[in-house]
Amino acid sequence: MRIGVDVGGTNTDAVLMDGASVVSSTKTPTTANVSEGIAKALRTVIEDSGINRATIDGVMIGTTHFTNAVVERKHLTPTACIRLGLPATVCLPPMVDWPDDLRDMVGGNSHLAHGGHEFDGREISDFQPDEVREIATKIRDAGLNAVAISSVFSPVNATFEEQSAEIVRSLIPDANITLSSEIGRIGLLERENAAIMNSCLRQLAARTVDGFKAALDELQISAPFYISQNDGTLMNADFAKEYPVLTFASGPTNSMRGAAFLSGLRDAIVVDVGGTTTDIGVLQHGFPRVAALAVDIGGVRTNFRMPDTYSIGLGGGSLISPPGAASPHRNGGTEGGIKVGPRSVGYELTEKALVFGGDILTATDVIVAGGSQDIGDASAVAALDADLISAVQERIMEMIAIAVDRMKTSATPVPVIVVGGGSILVTGEIEGASEIIKPDHFPVANAIGAAIAQVGGECDRIFSLAELSRDEALDQAKGEASDRAVNAGADAGSIEIVDVEEVPLAYLPGNATRIMVKAIGDLVEA
Amino acid sequence: MRIIDESVLEDLALGAAVLGTGGGGDPYIGKLMARQAIREYGPVELYTLEELNDDDLVVPTAMMGAPTVMVEKMPNGDDIVNAFQSVGKYIGKPVKATMSIEAGGLNSVVPIYCAARLRVPMVDCDGMGRAFPELQMVTHTIHGISSTPFAMSDERGNTVLMETISNLWTETFARSVTVNMGAMAMIALYAATAAELREAAIPGTITLAEEIGKVVRRARLEEDEPVETIREAVGGYLIFKGKIGDVERRTEAGFAKGDAHIEGIDEYAGQILQLSFQNEHLAARINGEFKVTVPDLLAVLDVDTGEPITTEGLRYGFRVAIIAIPCAEKWRSPKGLEIVGPAYFGYDTDYVPVEERYG
Repeated sequence: MRIGVDVGGTNTDAVLMDGASVVSSTKTPTTANVSEGIAKALRTVIEDSGINRATIDGVMIGTTHFTNAVVERKHLTPTACIRLGLPATVCLPPMVDWPDDLRDMVGGNSHLAHGGHEFDGREISDFQPDEVREIATKIRDAGLNAVAISSVFSPVNATFEEQSAEIVRSLIPDANITLSSEIGRIGLLERENAAIMNSCLRQLAARTVDGFKAALDELQISAPFYISQNDGTLMNADFAKEYPVLTFASGPTNSMRGAAFLSGLRDAIVVDVGGTTTDIGVLQHGFPRVAALAVDIGGVRTNFRMPDTYSIGLGGGSLISPPGAASPHRNGGTEGGIKVGPRSVGYELTEKALVFGGDILTATDVIVAGGSQDIGDASAVAALDADLISAVQERIMEMIAIAVDRMKTSATPVPVIVVGGGSILVTGEIEGASEIIKPDHFPVANAIGAAIAQVGGECDRIFSLAELSRDEALDQAKGEASDRAVNAGADAGSIEIVDVEEVPLAYLPGNATRIMVKAIGDLVEA
Repeated sequence: MRIIDESVLEDLALGAAVLGTGGGGDPYIGKLMARQAIREYGPVELYTLEELNDDDLVVPTAMMGAPTVMVEKMPNGDDIVNAFQSVGKYIGKPVKATMSIEAGGLNSVVPIYCAARLRVPMVDCDGMGRAFPELQMVTHTIHGISSTPFAMSDERGNTVLMETISNLWTETFARSVTVNMGAMAMIALYAATAAELREAAIPGTITLAEEIGKVVRRARLEEDEPVETIREAVGGYLIFKGKIGDVERRTEAGFAKGDAHIEGIDEYAGQILQLSFQNEHLAARINGEFKVTVPDLLAVLDVDTGEPITTEGLRYGFRVAIIAIPCAEKWRSPKGLEIVGPAYFGYDTDYVPVEERYG
């Protein structure tokens, strides 16, 4: 049996699963000390089901804790950065595009050194060990032990980053070092940013992951536990302590993966309706479609693979405005029509909505008045005008239909899976949907997504097709991605290539092409 | 004269991306470089061509090579300065100012770096009014201005200077040196006097880019039909709205070429637009018939946000609006069309100005 946990900003959800079936689930408020909330949620699902703790094979945790730390500027460790690339890159030193407050907090201790490679693997300049030794001494003398190391074109050749790490470690034995080549793709600033953020989150990651462990120990769960990452795959606890940045987008990913699992579909649109917003994403081969553009985390540009989601201001707590007022949002309604959202009572729904004894008309109230749901006190909305009810329901379905259409990949109708606590808002047909699926356990889809996650590996680099045939290059890329998945804990026999993307590079000779491959596999059972 | 400070860079880069017609490189790195230089050395003076004396010498600066390499191996900074100063040294006369050779994409902002560091002014004009893939494709060529003395510098301190018999030869040699320099080089070329530039350059394009950027940013904040607002700001024509279907890509002679098939929506339902690109968006066919071609501009915008979409960013399922913008009048001369007309890029059609079809 597996337990999936999703630690969100508002709620901590847990679900106990036996193979493909959900045994029990719970939703509890997230606590300031996240471990307490997790312990409470775990205790509830275990006690509700009455199972023997020894039968738990694994606990999978999804968390937005590390993303929030960067956004809120909390618990960040001052970190030094060494970049190898001189004489190139001088005009844009490390952390150049960071917001000032964050750069000040992280320390701005950055250094440029010789090294780096060209796109075709030639060295930009000789690596100079003495130079790095001198820099490492300065870092040590500044009292820092968190270090990020980047090198130009390190996704093509990482040896200079590795040699520098050895030197730093020889001078600072307990150094916490992140190499940019371990986590990022082409795009020096973005990759370096990710490496720096990773090093500055490691202390927090160690504390948090140890806290998760303590919660499990307290409940006498001896099964291994895992943390879910951006792409819906898992990493083990030790790996999560090493690479906390890889959890940055795990929240939306888990809810989409959960939706895929609950519905049995691998290609579909997922509509996740919350209290304030609805996130629409696309499942391709069972995984979220990845966003093409650079993603900002707390004001810092990164190039992580993030799910491509589109959000609209519609949720269970959305305010209903009468016709006539100016539209507050382009998806909020047309002039003269009824408006739903984008303003919302949010987490105060259970106090402010009419059906909960409040005095604000929300989307949830209208749905209850329509008779399709029995939530709270239905008599509080019995007097609502029938025309208003149908107008709101129509408007909600129209908003969802437009957003779904925006995310679709072709005109062919596709299945739409509806999950999230606000799913009750979906009461009719969605134009362009072949069917609408509201699976069981839809409110805890994200915890389920964590529970069923697999492990994966990626390869992203530039190949010259003058030296290799295209098939050889693809095979090499697939081999590298598969090896990385196995290193991350995947069962070699279950590896599957789920994504191959090729980008021919303009202006480069020798038919240079960038190949990105992702491999996934089932977790090796302990 | 007006001042380019940090506050205008965001708008300038955004507008340059619209004028980049899908190519020209992401201005992000260029914008950061310009910002750093302004912070360190102070803001840059932007002159109009009229404000210069007839014999003031202007040397444009730019980056040449693969934008994908620029995001990884960023310049040193001295390389730009070296290229710029080498041309001046070779000519043996003082250089008054620098300018952009390509107002679309990242080369709109690269000269700001040079101008800030050397405390020389920049001139509000360029040689394309958009982005083009090759260096002879500038209005200077129409007017017989030579691209040489041409200097290209790398971060190591190497500078290659050349004299050629034609701008096309400069392109040929420079392309191969760029590869040796790591697929990216900083260049200075097309030295000309203000008097010559009043004939040969496209005036006001830096200010135009900034204004377009300002409009896009405001429209986005106010969510007030950004596409229509941009169309109005650039004096263009909305030719299509649709959803990107199949995108076919191939590499030919070192260029990223391809076609996107866009299925019409709203009033364009039932029509198919075929968008052909080679680093930049070059031609649009609707239901098989050429409607807009180079040298007119094709801006592909996100239908909701007005965000310009690059050729690499064209992706199945995106909903886009396509705006055609009249090119600079200079490109419409027989000589201009010889350099950048549809025939040069291998399209079997005559050039018809966008105003004649949509005006």
